[in-house]
Amino acid sequence: MQRFPDYFNFSHKAGVYALRLTAGAVLFFLMMPILVIIPLSFNSEPFFTFTEGMLSFEASAYSLRWYRAILENPNWMLAIRNSFIIGFFATIVATSLGTLAAVGLASPEMPFKRVITALLLSPMIVPLIIIAAGMFFFYTRFNLVGTFTGLIIAHAALGVPFVIVTVTATLTGFDHSLFKAGLSLGANPLRVFRDVVLPLIRPGVISGGLFAFVTSFDEVVLVLFLAGPDQRTIPRQMFSGLREQINPTILAVATLLVFVSVLLLLSLELLRRRSERLRGV
Amino acid sequence: MAADTTQFLRFLDVKKSYDQKILVVKGFSLDVAKGEFITLLGPSGSGKTTILMLLAGFESVTGGDIQIDGVPVTRTAPYKRNIGMVFQNYALFPHMTVAENLAYPLKVRSLDRSEITARVKDYLALVELEDYGKRHPGQLSGGQRQRVALARALIFEPSLVLMDEPLGALDKKLREQMQFEITRLHKKLGFTVIYVTHDQTEALTMSDRVAVFNDGVVQQCASPDVLYERPSNAFVADFIGENNLMPAKIAAVRGDSVRVTVAGGQEITAQAADIREVGGKCIISVRPEKMFIKPSDHAYDNEITANFIVRHYVGDFIRYYFELSDGSEITIKVLNDAAAPVFDEGQLAQLIWQTSDCFAFRTM
Repeated sequence: MQRFPDYFNFSHKAGVYALRLTAGAVLFFLMMPILVIIPLSFNSEPFFTFTEGMLSFEASAYSLRWYRAILENPNWMLAIRNSFIIGFFATIVATSLGTLAAVGLASPEMPFKRVITALLLSPMIVPLIIIAAGMFFFYTRFNLVGTFTGLIIAHAALGVPFVIVTVTATLTGFDHSLFKAGLSLGANPLRVFRDVVLPLIRPGVISGGLFAFVTSFDEVVLVLFLAGPDQRTIPRQMFSGLREQINPTILAVATLLVFVSVLLLLSLELLRRRSERLRGV
Repeated sequence: MAADTTQFLRFLDVKKSYDQKILVVKGFSLDVAKGEFITLLGPSGSGKTTILMLLAGFESVTGGDIQIDGVPVTRTAPYKRNIGMVFQNYALFPHMTVAENLAYPLKVRSLDRSEITARVKDYLALVELEDYGKRHPGQLSGGQRQRVALARALIFEPSLVLMDEPLGALDKKLREQMQFEITRLHKKLGFTVIYVTHDQTEALTMSDRVAVFNDGVVQQCASPDVLYERPSNAFVADFIGENNLMPAKIAAVRGDSVRVTVAGGQEITAQAADIREVGGKCIISVRPEKMFIKPSDHAYDNEITANFIVRHYVGDFIRYYFELSDGSEITIKVLNDAAAPVFDEGQLAQLIWQTSDCFAFRTM
């Protein structure tokens, strides 16, 4: 039995249990839809429910059928390839621009800091559908609709705010005399940035980049508006899959996505620990 | 232009304003000789750190010129000035080891790898941190970090080294150790130092010359003994060390000395510092250790009467507090020996001192 402080009366204890119950319920509703698809993706039948065989753990009820279906379906393969290409380049663009913006905004001499920050962060706040509609009309004029360039730019714009937020967080408490020290030792500003500033804000840059990648990877609204058939991405393919040919291939893809995300988060955490150890904190 | 060694570093009427309205530095001129240890001393906000920033190139001058070895540097980028700098918070690169920190300025200058390794080793030995090369700054104590910062500022052999309150973050004992360390390195390597501090003990013990700053202007720039024994104005007299200041009026001028009237109409003689107009209001200063209480064996040529207030037992000496009839307070330090007198509160005492220890200044 849990040991409570002696002054706890009945309502204190009831409060503690109510809190645990609520927290548990929230976690359950958050995690369950994700966890439940993992076993379902190994279903040997084209159903979205647990078959009797699955429930009694019969080996024949499980199969890799839907994973094979992904590999055999050129639409899925194209979508996976596209998602990685667009995600990769959007991440590169968003990370470079976002890092530069954050460093600039952290400088004490920067004028109109608040206005610029608000503008740069706006893609995070403005409803996606509005951005998508706006971009659609805007891109038409530059013939960017239905091109990879257009999608990469659009996804980079969505990713930049994440990079700015994470890099700004690592820059708070950044000792500006380090920059001066670098200059006084004879390194030009670019070199000081490369040798001193960048290594120190690297954790922020990497996690920002990861967020940017994930944002691009599961983005569907902009893709619906801007992508042609050649640019369809995984979420776009799932979206049409749900409507047109409903079968557990989607669950197999979703399971793969969950694994990718877990891997990304793990590598992020490892990088963070490594940089902390290096700094001797 | 052949530069004189006494004019190695020249500040020529340097002015600085951050907002184009208020001058933080108002016409600063100073010649620094090669190898000299100069300290800029002043209360916070007096403009001393600004001078350092102008010299390092982190701020641009509003007016005037700075020359090193006869060459104007105000239009040279900070990373091309070849000036070493030690920061108050050390500013060591936390992601590099101590050895990498020291190697950085050499790497930037594209020296040979073997040369870099050798020099890093030499300088680690110089600051007595031979075994610490592989550590990160986060694993060092404050004193060790400051030694690394010092070595890093010296390793590329700059002719000029700036130190911005480098010992401000250390405790008293470490600070004294580091003062010794810095003077030792300065004597050994012979670089020129511009040192900024608000700690006058530090300034007086370490420097060849001290420039006392107030309100953007140098009040006096002189060797520590001159600064202490012959301050040139009331600010310096008050700022450096402890001083008894009494308001007075000049009654007569005789060459370099003046006859002045202090509280209660008592007349004394003082050396004229920056005032010699008869009838002018002035401030008289005498150091607490240069005043004596009668009876005393010390020779004297000034004597005044004052009320005893209280005496504080400090240990090696005793502090006596007296008051003149106009309310101005006088402190006297007496060595703690059998001759230290005892008074009742309000008792009258005769205070004596030499004219050579007493100055008349223009009121501030």
